[in-house]
Amino acid sequence: MSENAVVVEMRDISIEFPGVKALDDVDFTLRSGEIHSLLGENGAGKATLIKALTGVYSIDSGTIRVSGTERTFAGTADAQTAGIATVYQEINLCTNLTVGENVMLGHEVPGRFGINWRATHAKATTYLRQLGVDVDPRSQLASHSLAIQQLIAISRAMVVDCRVLVLDEPTSSLDRSEVEQLFAVMRRLRSRNVAILFVSHFLDQVYEISDQMTVLRNGKLVGEYQVGELSRSELISKMLGRELDELESIARNASRTIDRTGNPILKVTGLGRKGGIEPTDLDVYDGEIVGFAGLLGSGRTELVRVIYGADRSDHGAIEVRGKSVRLSTPRHSSDHKIAFSSEDRRAEGIIGDLTVAENIVLGIQAKRGWLRRVSKAQSDEVVAHYIESLDIRPASPHILMSNLSGGNQQKVLLARWLATTPQLLILDEPTRGIDIGAKAEIQREIAKLAAAGLGVIFISSELDEVLRLSQRVVVLRDRRKIAEFDNHENFDIDDIVALIAKEGAA
Amino acid sequence: MRNTNTMDATSTGAIKSGMRRKMKARLSWIPVLAALAILILMLIAGQVHFGSFVTPAMLSSLLVDNAYLVVLAAGMTFVILTGGIDLSVGSVMAFTGMLSAKLLSVGVPVALVIPLMLIAGALFGTMIGVLIHFFDVQPFIASLAGMFLARGLCFVVSLEAIQVKDPFVLGLESARLGYGDWYITPTGIIALIVIAIAAWVLAYTRFGRTVYAIGGNEQSARLMGLAVARSKILVYVVSGVCAGIAGLIFTSYTAAGYSLNGIGTELDTIAAVVIGGTLLTGGSGYMVGSLIGVFVYGVIKTAITYLGADASWERISIGILLLAFVVVQRFIVARANRN
Repeated sequence: MSENAVVVEMRDISIEFPGVKALDDVDFTLRSGEIHSLLGENGAGKATLIKALTGVYSIDSGTIRVSGTERTFAGTADAQTAGIATVYQEINLCTNLTVGENVMLGHEVPGRFGINWRATHAKATTYLRQLGVDVDPRSQLASHSLAIQQLIAISRAMVVDCRVLVLDEPTSSLDRSEVEQLFAVMRRLRSRNVAILFVSHFLDQVYEISDQMTVLRNGKLVGEYQVGELSRSELISKMLGRELDELESIARNASRTIDRTGNPILKVTGLGRKGGIEPTDLDVYDGEIVGFAGLLGSGRTELVRVIYGADRSDHGAIEVRGKSVRLSTPRHSSDHKIAFSSEDRRAEGIIGDLTVAENIVLGIQAKRGWLRRVSKAQSDEVVAHYIESLDIRPASPHILMSNLSGGNQQKVLLARWLATTPQLLILDEPTRGIDIGAKAEIQREIAKLAAAGLGVIFISSELDEVLRLSQRVVVLRDRRKIAEFDNHENFDIDDIVALIAKEGAA
Repeated sequence: MRNTNTMDATSTGAIKSGMRRKMKARLSWIPVLAALAILILMLIAGQVHFGSFVTPAMLSSLLVDNAYLVVLAAGMTFVILTGGIDLSVGSVMAFTGMLSAKLLSVGVPVALVIPLMLIAGALFGTMIGVLIHFFDVQPFIASLAGMFLARGLCFVVSLEAIQVKDPFVLGLESARLGYGDWYITPTGIIALIVIAIAAWVLAYTRFGRTVYAIGGNEQSARLMGLAVARSKILVYVVSGVCAGIAGLIFTSYTAAGYSLNGIGTELDTIAAVVIGGTLLTGGSGYMVGSLIGVFVYGVIKTAITYLGADASWERISIGILLLAFVVVQRFIVARANRN
């Protein structure tokens, strides 16, 4: 592919944030008609590089050339004028508008009396059809699935007639067939000589779709490679900068046996909520990791929210260490040393305008009440301990949370809950959208804590993660617990898939 | 490593989407329809209670007596749709009224005075918009500053009321086009034209659609490459110009400029817009809703007069209605989120 014309040439790009050098003399080249993956751990600088290219951030030094002309982007509109269109991970469309408007906003077809809506919607439909999306352009955006919204966002990029399409984690909320649909679209665009910059933490997808790869680590360029010349393990070691397969090293810590005599930490009987989760029984013992497997919407999140008191239950009883309790608000749960990390870390977890240290201490402070101050020494000690043990990067307690990458934000959240010394930790999708290195660290930490006696409820869409960590697996479907079993060596993903799929049509 | 088996299935959502879509499309009109229902109910109740409540004269006066509020509500709808608020409109209306009365009294021709009123309104709007966008000041605070400034300037112009004798300005209110008991004044026509243009701008221009986009998700609107900065300032300019027009109407209505005019009018305007179904968080609402909102407000005022009850009841009824509508809106938003 390297014989193709260079469309984007970024040289010696540096961007600095307070306390972080996000990009340090990075070069990046993108050619027409190629799909180029940008790889690196969380915090490696992928997002920053993309934002420099799309005009969200201005660069501190270096040059950006698009089709040979040097450009400085003062904003996203400038980058779009230069032919660079972007589809972000958190889909940046307006849910209060129609599909057609979202595609055409800013490029509406003018008529004699203002916007000609009929022609605008018709044009939107042609763009959507090109990508194989068959939806009514007059429907509300919010009524469509994330996958469709993603494709709608790409249709929007097509309207701008882009030469460069940036796809930042477009597959993180798509299922397999939707990913296929997206890839078909990407291939079609490639054959039309569009240059595509692709970012994904799914390495399978990277190998399946891309032609070139550029690897970043800690804000520095590691190198650019053709897909054929780098094996997967070589790639991972370049991303991590160390020669080991992290995930395999914690393989099947599951086989630890759990003492199930005596009172469990948590005993749930017939707990349910109308429209959320049907009455369910569940036990969690000391040192046990209970993994929840099931599709999105199967009731896994709903169940833990009811347990924690984030949502109110209609019926059922909860016992903590053999004593019957009412957990009707998160406050009650926290009094019983139960901690819950929500799947939506942006909305229900991190506070971007506070520092890493403040975010960690928040949990302890909330538990102590507002009148009893956490002393500076105590807080410094706690913060330093978790930054080190969870390898939070950059390892500075005083930078703003919003300047951290997703994986590191997740580690800070984990630290916040661990700092309250819970006896039961509920983790809903703690590893979603973060890369292998951070995933491995988080998983290893969870395994270690469980081995030391902590009870954990672990929810993940990635079944291999559930199987690797949990001693006990609960399978949910259609807002019901359909199976529960002890995890053992010869149980694998296919068995769970079979369980979930069984009677799935009903 | 085994294939990462991501199991989130979003495709099932597609099946239900057709059903949901129909509901959604109607959802954003529900508050407007609710306001219309309340208006009709109030008219029926009034008719039943008073015997002759709904008359052509009463319906005509509903528009004519509240023409200034209709114009203010049109401007306020733009602002609230972006998720902002403009507290300055009552004072700006009073100030442009004072300014016109003063200028007319010293002999400045009316053909110059009216454009000056609109420009003065636009300048206030620009100032507030710039404060909000470039200095990152909360809309509440920026427009509060505008409100105090305009009120202060009123007192600078004069502490006393200034009579207006200009025949053109007075004619805007006193000229009546009638058909039987139905009548309309030029001020009423101005109000209807403003509402019509505003509704057209919202539905058929890029600026109007950008206003909705900003209210829906400002970050997204910016990343979509829309003119967010320009539009955000422009809505306050629109609101300021509307306040200028309202100043003209109000001056014509009272035949004088007075520095204590329009105190609290900004809140009546906001109430009318919210009762008309525009979401205070922005992104959802219609111009026709604001017109209905003003009418609801007007009917309450009229009914209180008919009852001969204390004027405080007007405030109390508006308060109760506003509360009810905000609750209805919360309910709708909560439902939309759940879907």
